[in-house]
Amino acid sequence: MIEFNNVSKWYGEFQVLDNCTTHVSKGEVVVVCGPSGSGKSTLIKTVNALEPFEKGTVWVNGISVGDAKTDLPKLRARAGMVFQHFELFPHLSVTENLCMGQIKVLKRNPEEAKAKAHALLDRVGLLAHKDKHPGMLSGGQQQRVAIARALSMDPMVMLFDEPTSALDPEMVNEVLDVMSDLAREGMTMMVVTHEMGFARRVADRVIFMDGGKIIEDCATSEFFDNADARSERTRLFLSKILQH
Amino acid sequence: MNFDFNAVIQAIPYLFGTGMTFTLTLTLAAASMGLVLGTLLAVMRLSPYRLVSVPAGIYVNTLRSIPLLLVIFWFYFLMPYIGAWVTGASRPINIGAYKSAIITFTLFEAAYFCEIMRAGIQSVSRGQMAAGLAIGLTYRQAMQSIILPQAVRNMLPSLVTRVIILFQDTSLVYVLSLTDFLGAGAKIGQRDGRLVELYLFVALVYWVICFSASRVVKFLERRTRVAR
Ligand SMILES: Nc1ncnc2c1ncn2[C@@H]1O[C@H](COP(=O)(O)OP(=O)(O)OP(=O)(O)O)[C@@H](O)[C@H]1O
Ligand SMILES: [Mg+2]
Repeated sequence: MIEFNNVSKWYGEFQVLDNCTTHVSKGEVVVVCGPSGSGKSTLIKTVNALEPFEKGTVWVNGISVGDAKTDLPKLRARAGMVFQHFELFPHLSVTENLCMGQIKVLKRNPEEAKAKAHALLDRVGLLAHKDKHPGMLSGGQQQRVAIARALSMDPMVMLFDEPTSALDPEMVNEVLDVMSDLAREGMTMMVVTHEMGFARRVADRVIFMDGGKIIEDCATSEFFDNADARSERTRLFLSKILQH
Repeated sequence: MNFDFNAVIQAIPYLFGTGMTFTLTLTLAAASMGLVLGTLLAVMRLSPYRLVSVPAGIYVNTLRSIPLLLVIFWFYFLMPYIGAWVTGASRPINIGAYKSAIITFTLFEAAYFCEIMRAGIQSVSRGQMAAGLAIGLTYRQAMQSIILPQAVRNMLPSLVTRVIILFQDTSLVYVLSLTDFLGAGAKIGQRDGRLVELYLFVALVYWVICFSASRVVKFLERRTRVAR
């Protein structure tokens, strides 16, 4: 479904991505973790071309992202993205947030879009809030709306960039639950997160990044249970993060 | 001194029917068209392509460093020649003082609206554009449906303040012999020898309108602060 081949990216002299090669198969859930500044966000944002890159190739469902001929809006419409800070549109109601892309990009008629929006809001348990503006919702609720907005486009893959790290602790689970449900239904997902409990339960594979490089890329059980086979850096990171 | 406010009362139909109607028409026309043009200039100024951003910057900085009176004056005399050049006509095209005033104020205000809208666009977090693009909108669609509405909302107090200034500035059309509210007052005052009364009344009306508008600005400022 997604293939990264030797992807490299620089900000001037500074290399953010260093020869990253990996893949995400259809229906697979891959968690990406690593210290701050290691390039996790940059890596998943290459998938929907929010971050251009200088070297290598990224393929999404047979389409080359870096190719100048690729219709980027069309590609992005099929790759849902959930951001750390939700990024709901504050001047629109929750329902309008979910209809924007359906109407403007997928050209669905407003009635159809609204019906779909309400079905999705029901699914994330927020139908009662359909006419509110995002600012009136809690962080956890906003992030669930953001997930619903991404789903409204019928994406073939979902990208999550630290979806719970801006949330109060008591709201983390309501968002992780929605994500777990999605994974169970077979959605292809790439998730940047430090929620190791979620990774262990839901992920098929875990990627560990440091300094723009992919250091580990292995099955979830291998990643967590076979500590001896992990690199020094990975063990250090895991010991820090699993402490609390 | 003996005041005669009868002179004012008799002048009211003319003051408002002719003078204020002109002032408001010019203000609203220049404000709406200036906002559209100014927004376009703001988007251009923020473009990563220098070929687009630099000309917009030159336009804005030039107009903002020339007194409005001069712009009105020069534009009135140059407009016929520019018109002829654009349409390829052999003779200067006279468009008249009225149209010339509307075009001049629009072009002039656009420069100021541009700077307000530029700040407005920059006040919207970068993640909003990313979110718009991520659902498949084009840059232009995201600008139109996501960034600009928020920019206008955030900048509403500054925009209204600028319209108040424009409202006052429209009195400069006297150099083109056009009759705005102030001009209408001056005309009647001179005719009847009641300049003091009429100028007092005109000043009072300006004050009431501008003061009320500034209260609106205060209200908007409070509301935007709450919304964020
Ligand atoms: N526009 C930019 N210009 C220069 N450097 C940048 C820019 N954007 C990001 N970087 C740098 O690139 C590196 C990788 O950034 P990235 O956001 O991908 O890291 P991350 O792994 O997602 O970190 P975090 O956990 O903090 O989100 C960081 O060191 C960051 O400082
Ligand atoms: Mg990040």
